[in-house]
Amino acid sequence: MSPVDATARSIRAEIAAGRVSAVDVCRASLDRITAVNPSLNAFNLVDPERALARARDVDRRHAAGEPLGPLAGVPIAIKDNMNVRGMPTTASSRILDHFVPPYDATVVRRLEDAGAVIVGKTNCDEFAMGSSNENSAFGPVRNPWALDRIPGGSSGGSAAAVAARCVPLALGSDTGGSIRQPAAFCGVVGLKPTYGRVSRYGLLAFASSLDQIGPFARTVADAALVLAALSGADPCDATTSDEPVPDFAGAMTGDIKGVRVGVPRAFVTEGVDGDVRRAFDAALDALRGAGATLVDVELPHAKYAIPVYYLVCTAEASSNLARYDGVKYGYRSPAAKDEGLKALYSRTRDEGFGPEVKRRIMLGTYVLSAGYYDAFYLKALQVRTLLRRDYEQAYEHVDVIAMPTSPTPPFRLGEKTGDPLQMYLADVFTVSANLAGLPGISVPCGFSGEGLPIGFQLMGRMFDEATLLRVADAYERSTDWHTRNPA
Amino acid sequence: MPTNLTIADVERIAALAQLELTREEKELFTRQLADILAYAEQVQAIDTSGVPATAHVHDAQRTERDDVPRPCLPIADALANAPDADRQAGLFRVPRVIGG
Repeated sequence: MSPVDATARSIRAEIAAGRVSAVDVCRASLDRITAVNPSLNAFNLVDPERALARARDVDRRHAAGEPLGPLAGVPIAIKDNMNVRGMPTTASSRILDHFVPPYDATVVRRLEDAGAVIVGKTNCDEFAMGSSNENSAFGPVRNPWALDRIPGGSSGGSAAAVAARCVPLALGSDTGGSIRQPAAFCGVVGLKPTYGRVSRYGLLAFASSLDQIGPFARTVADAALVLAALSGADPCDATTSDEPVPDFAGAMTGDIKGVRVGVPRAFVTEGVDGDVRRAFDAALDALRGAGATLVDVELPHAKYAIPVYYLVCTAEASSNLARYDGVKYGYRSPAAKDEGLKALYSRTRDEGFGPEVKRRIMLGTYVLSAGYYDAFYLKALQVRTLLRRDYEQAYEHVDVIAMPTSPTPPFRLGEKTGDPLQMYLADVFTVSANLAGLPGISVPCGFSGEGLPIGFQLMGRMFDEATLLRVADAYERSTDWHTRNPA
Repeated sequence: MPTNLTIADVERIAALAQLELTREEKELFTRQLADILAYAEQVQAIDTSGVPATAHVHDAQRTERDDVPRPCLPIADALANAPDADRQAGLFRVPRVIGG
């Protein structure tokens, strides 16, 4: 067994006990990446020298008797839409050609302060826009469980890297399910924290009122470990919250007797694949078996979450992506050289952005334009309020809400690329958490008849990741799905 | 309304978004955006009279801090990624905008 097969908690403990060095763990991670990445395409960039230097630093500090951070020597991969100083950030887009960020994202600084060893940047949908990782300028990522399947998106590279045991941990970003859905599709744990729990400073903005950074891991306890390192107010992000950060590890007692789990049965009906339904029902049985009480809840506006989400996120994206214009950084069209500034902007953007990003900029520009703003954008924001109220009312009766993470197991490469609307509909169960700002976690809960991973999702009250993690961990203790590995 | 979105509509939006689309892209987006907007129109049937908009989930924002100068990105770092810059003058360079 390679040292990188272990959980983050166990790697850190082994390093602390002197049974393995951070350099050995780092080499094992780099070796695994070298072996599997040619078939997965999970990484946009691997930086062995930088990683080994950091690992040596952990070993040196340990030898000198300095205290070890909570993630000391643990290899981690970062989605390529977050800045690591001196390492190119591409967002899997041509428009960021040659961009090397001059600063660290807050999450990167916090991970390195905790002793984590960054090994590289993971492939994703361009600017995190996609549900299949097929919108990358560097080609699709493949699912480690079946190479003809997508790994989910947009954080597909991070999910695949953790599933294939390249790293025990990775960061993703989740705007409408981009952590939870690929976690489900790759058979790993994925956590989207409450909006405002984790700083977005240094994350390339897609939809600022929805974006949130969170971890991928193979166990709930490892996800909690990363969340603890990332959480808390940041002067560089005014949307971060002063809410106290609880002891997430301490919350995972294994005891969920009396916890009320809400099930929106009317919502979880149409379009849900039979294998997903069976796995979800079995997960509910396991929660009940562990002492939880199942309670039916109504979310009358949840069925509108997809249209609301795609109106809001595209509007915000059209504004956020205006900054990519060929002037300050990244790609500039050579064709526009002698045709003035306007041509420079519009050619650079046409050549630099891929089709899905252009589609969303166009849609967002349309819904914000005169004559359509009230009918689409403002209306979507009002329905967003109704959806939030649905959840607030449900949480008067329950502690967490359970639903499948995705209505289907991972689909085939190319299956939905010709029809963007069909692709959007696959996000039906994940977008609500972003619109309402709630934390959500996807946990492995079984396999389809074809051996493809299935996950289910728990959503919690705002800033109540502690209860979310407690329930998810108790579920994980009662099953062994998280111990399965792709071939 | 959007279900009969025309190529002219798409050209108008592309100009607002500073995107120079090819003929093929315009045709594709005319069809795809019409489909997506027709689907999104379902929100218009919901009664939202008197419902406030949620642009952001945190109502109370802690956005104020003392206005104390802090170190910022050095000019050389800010220019390091520019496709074209006059590094000595400390300026980004773009095609001539006025006169010429």
